[in-house]
Amino acid sequence: MSDSTAIAHEAAHHEHPPYLRHHFENVDQQADAAGFAMWLFLLTEVMFFGGLFTAYLIYRNWYYPAFVAASHQLSIPLGGFNTLLLITSSFTMAMGVWCAETRRKNGLVLCLVLTFILGLGFLGVKTVEYREKIEKHHVPGFHYSLSSFLDPASDEAAKAAGDKPMALDMARHTEVYFSLYFAMTGMHAVHMIIGIAILGFMIFRAHAGAYTSGHVTFVENFGLYWHFVDIVWIFLFPLLYLISRH
Amino acid sequence: MLTEHRTLRENSMSEHNEQAGQAEHKEHAHHIVSPVTYLIILAALLVGTALTIWASYVDLGIFNPIVALAIACTKATLVVLFFMHVKYATKLTKLTVGAGLFTFLTLLGMTLADYISRAWGRW
Repeated sequence: MSDSTAIAHEAAHHEHPPYLRHHFENVDQQADAAGFAMWLFLLTEVMFFGGLFTAYLIYRNWYYPAFVAASHQLSIPLGGFNTLLLITSSFTMAMGVWCAETRRKNGLVLCLVLTFILGLGFLGVKTVEYREKIEKHHVPGFHYSLSSFLDPASDEAAKAAGDKPMALDMARHTEVYFSLYFAMTGMHAVHMIIGIAILGFMIFRAHAGAYTSGHVTFVENFGLYWHFVDIVWIFLFPLLYLISRH
Repeated sequence: MLTEHRTLRENSMSEHNEQAGQAEHKEHAHHIVSPVTYLIILAALLVGTALTIWASYVDLGIFNPIVALAIACTKATLVVLFFMHVKYATKLTKLTVGAGLFTFLTLLGMTLADYISRAWGRW
């Protein structure tokens, strides 16, 4: 390569950073377009989870006694602890975005690792909860057991909540509650698993300095995704665990 | 200041001016939310969580779910505005978020209107 080509090459690329795609006017337009697209994706997610929430709302009104008794099977301490983990992970993610924006590489790696660990912690607690449901045969299907609802005295959680024995036709509807419980928390957990996988990838990229040279779009948009998953849980926790407790 | 830098951008021929204009523009478009704000929001979210757990043990009758949803909506709004930077975002982003929320509430409202207005006692 001759000197003149080298200079010309440099001049051609000097006016914009290397991460600016050529179909965008400038960096701001590129960032705005990426943010807009990310929000459009999140809106499809809102509609997706929104459908599940709507189903929950309608069935809860139809089979109210069954939903109240079934929700007594969930552990508020575990759910509350998970809420704590997830909200804290949202904070560490937000701090990660800040680190990327202010070009703090080590800070960014630390924030991403913390978010990763908190996310795994959430899934760990969720596993403990699912395991208890499996052991008590509260997973909808052929092995579903109604004993906690037909005979609450035999079940510690039902006894603690002061549940009365339920008629068979209403007790059967607790299966609807658990179907929705597993569908909603399961889809939420799938989103967490995807998020954690992407976080793992980002930790390596961040360590290599990918996000701390001015191009923060990926971290920022992943942050939007992670916060969205947090918001879903902010609604899931009270609706599934809390509102039938008093 | 915005007009000033636009004229600067439009008129600038030299590379130096162009760069200065871009740097200034960037500051306008991209607001960096400070860690202090994030900490305050974290504290608010934790207080909200404690509050909603506490409220669930108090018998408020039909208001239990209403209080729980009100607290959840407040927490979600804080997350959207500050963690997700919508408060500092472009009008396009704000409109997108608002349109999405509006569409969801419309669909929810229409679905519920259908369910409450027929087939009583048939389920």
